[in-house]
Amino acid sequence: MNQVFVIGAGVISAIGNSYSECLSSLMHCRSGIAALTTLDSIHKGKLPVGEVKLSNEALAEATGGNPALTRTALLGLHAAQEAVKDSKLPDLGAWRVGLLSATTVGGMDKTEMFFPAFMQDSKAGKLKNVVHHACGSTTEIMAGYLGVKDFITTINTACSSSVNAIMMGARMIRHNLLDIAIAGGTDALTRFTINGFNSLMILDDEPCKPFDANRKGLNLGEGAGYLVLASERVIGNLQLNPKAIISGYANTNDAYHQTASSPEGNGSYAAMKNALAMADLKSSDIDYINLHGTGTKNNDLSEGTAVKRLFGEQYPRLSSTKAYTGHTLGASGGVEAVFSVMAIDNQCVFPNLRFKTAMPELGVQPQMEMQKTNVNHVMSNSFGFGGNCASIILSSFKS
Amino acid sequence: MIAYVKGVGNISPQMTWRDDAFSIRDGDQTGNYLSAIEPDYAAWINPQQLRRISRILKMGTAAASIALQEAKLSSPDAIITGTGMGCVEDTGKFLDKITTLNEEALNPTPFMQSTHNTIGSQIGLMVGCKGYNQTYVQGAFSFEHSLMDALMQLDEQPDFNILVGGVDEVTETYSQILQRFGLLKRETPRSMDIFSSQTRGTILGEGAAYFVLSRTAEGSNASIQGIKTLYQPHAHELHDGIDSFLAEALLNRNDVDLVLTGKSGDAIADKQIDRDVNLRFPQSSLAVFKHLCGEHMVASSFALWLAVYMLKHQQMHEAVVIKDAGRPLKNILVYNRYYQDHHSLLLVRSC
Repeated sequence: MNQVFVIGAGVISAIGNSYSECLSSLMHCRSGIAALTTLDSIHKGKLPVGEVKLSNEALAEATGGNPALTRTALLGLHAAQEAVKDSKLPDLGAWRVGLLSATTVGGMDKTEMFFPAFMQDSKAGKLKNVVHHACGSTTEIMAGYLGVKDFITTINTACSSSVNAIMMGARMIRHNLLDIAIAGGTDALTRFTINGFNSLMILDDEPCKPFDANRKGLNLGEGAGYLVLASERVIGNLQLNPKAIISGYANTNDAYHQTASSPEGNGSYAAMKNALAMADLKSSDIDYINLHGTGTKNNDLSEGTAVKRLFGEQYPRLSSTKAYTGHTLGASGGVEAVFSVMAIDNQCVFPNLRFKTAMPELGVQPQMEMQKTNVNHVMSNSFGFGGNCASIILSSFKS
Repeated sequence: MIAYVKGVGNISPQMTWRDDAFSIRDGDQTGNYLSAIEPDYAAWINPQQLRRISRILKMGTAAASIALQEAKLSSPDAIITGTGMGCVEDTGKFLDKITTLNEEALNPTPFMQSTHNTIGSQIGLMVGCKGYNQTYVQGAFSFEHSLMDALMQLDEQPDFNILVGGVDEVTETYSQILQRFGLLKRETPRSMDIFSSQTRGTILGEGAAYFVLSRTAEGSNASIQGIKTLYQPHAHELHDGIDSFLAEALLNRNDVDLVLTGKSGDAIADKQIDRDVNLRFPQSSLAVFKHLCGEHMVASSFALWLAVYMLKHQQMHEAVVIKDAGRPLKNILVYNRYYQDHHSLLLVRSC
């Protein structure tokens, strides 16, 4: 099987508009969570969320896109362009290139503008606001601007979507169907998701506290994160210096409940275990786990249980970066894969903000401060509605 | 990358869920859309669950159950689902309530069932499948990408049985919006008459078709020999794409016994399909299918079901034939096209 290399990374989130801005915030413990400002919602000014600080107009200007596009597409384009630029590929057109992107809301930000008028009168509502509703349309818009035509796909497995997109990109390279895969995900904040998670009563009305005994729920966020993956042939031909390799991944299903995780964390345990097996690593080889760590009672207990089952008392350094960015849903696996690359690139692990007290059931103690240390293998977890669990291992090129 | 079809389950605007009772009827048509003929779901879904889940989930889980039953499997090793639009009924319902209730006291159920992966995960939950579970949402390539993934999985895990399907639902709201975009016919012909209408646009449909795929031929009537998607191809790219696709399976155009095309009743698009596909297969039989299932983003899953059905019975169904070249059925080429941009090819062969 072909090895899959990471040659570029790009990200935009509540803690920064680029790789370097996000890295700086992670290193300096700067959270991006604040009261909602942009959406026309009853939660405006109150509910804490992780908003990207650029307006659609500013995103359009930075990307060369159209400000009338959906915010999901603009965020995705911003991060994907950064990833491609970072890869230093001289000519994307010389290779078989795929764009594999995840999103859960697609063009919902604009559909929300269309719907109220349409409900009053089925002939009303501006069609331009609903033309890009479908998730796949988001990716086709991005592909058009990026100049990708060979393979374009979109994955929606709820909050595990991005890891599944990266996994599919890596598999297509291994199967020699693609040379290069731009893979990750994007999601904008919408009234739809804010009200959805609010109706499930799993939003914290204060900045979230992942893995803390007194956690009350999650904060939603928005953003996008993409990796540029390349085959051995690309690396060899262009003499590129990879940032990391994709050494293992797994997709499993908890098959327990539509929106809740099993108490034993069976799905997440299997995803982590299978990813380790694929990477041919022992649990003690993992230097850092970027947790799914949403801050909900259910997820953190279930994930923490699975981590302790697999790693025992000698679990690796671990933290959830959702305390910085909020939960960016379909984008989270992409954003956090980029953060995992940062951990390898800078040989450091990031703290779990706002943590005070360990969950009494488990006693799991996350990383408390930014720390320079050897980081050869990072595991990143993403779990979603529908029991969808995904885990990926990124390793340093030297390892 | 070859896969044998071990079981099929199809809920569509025709009587397709029981193989021995396949019959064509003038579909259940409302204006410009065809609705699925739904079976009594109690045969596959327990009553408690049946009350809770939406129509698209019923169609999807029932089609999956039928396919698994035919393959004599209680649970597959992986579940892969393609859906272009996902759970549009529950999405619309939740959007409606956000507005009418001004974001307060909302019932979470439609939100919980609105994400596209609800279909695949409900199937996983129903059959207790804890393995790979994936959902592609790439418009009219959603089912094709699911099949590609399944074929890759079988290379990685040759002993797997994979459940792969395409599911999309139609609602009044969705059809109204497509109508305003000018994508549907202005007049409302009966679905069986769309190919003679000489007008632009098509009629909408829906359906859920699942397939159990494996590497072993035993008990199978048909195999999938290849899958290819072409995004926004020029005519010459389509011609070359078809030839190279066939060449990969060591075939040329003369080896194709039947070309099953996704003509939609749109007068201009259908003429292009004649020019770019049908006329280039002068020795093959020709057939169509969208008058039976309507146009939708996973209509190619209906076409695969139809191809497998015809290979199994070694007979072209009279309702779909537009030219009978009198050839026995071995190789069926499915060419699908969804409006302008999405073209796909599937090669299905008898075992």
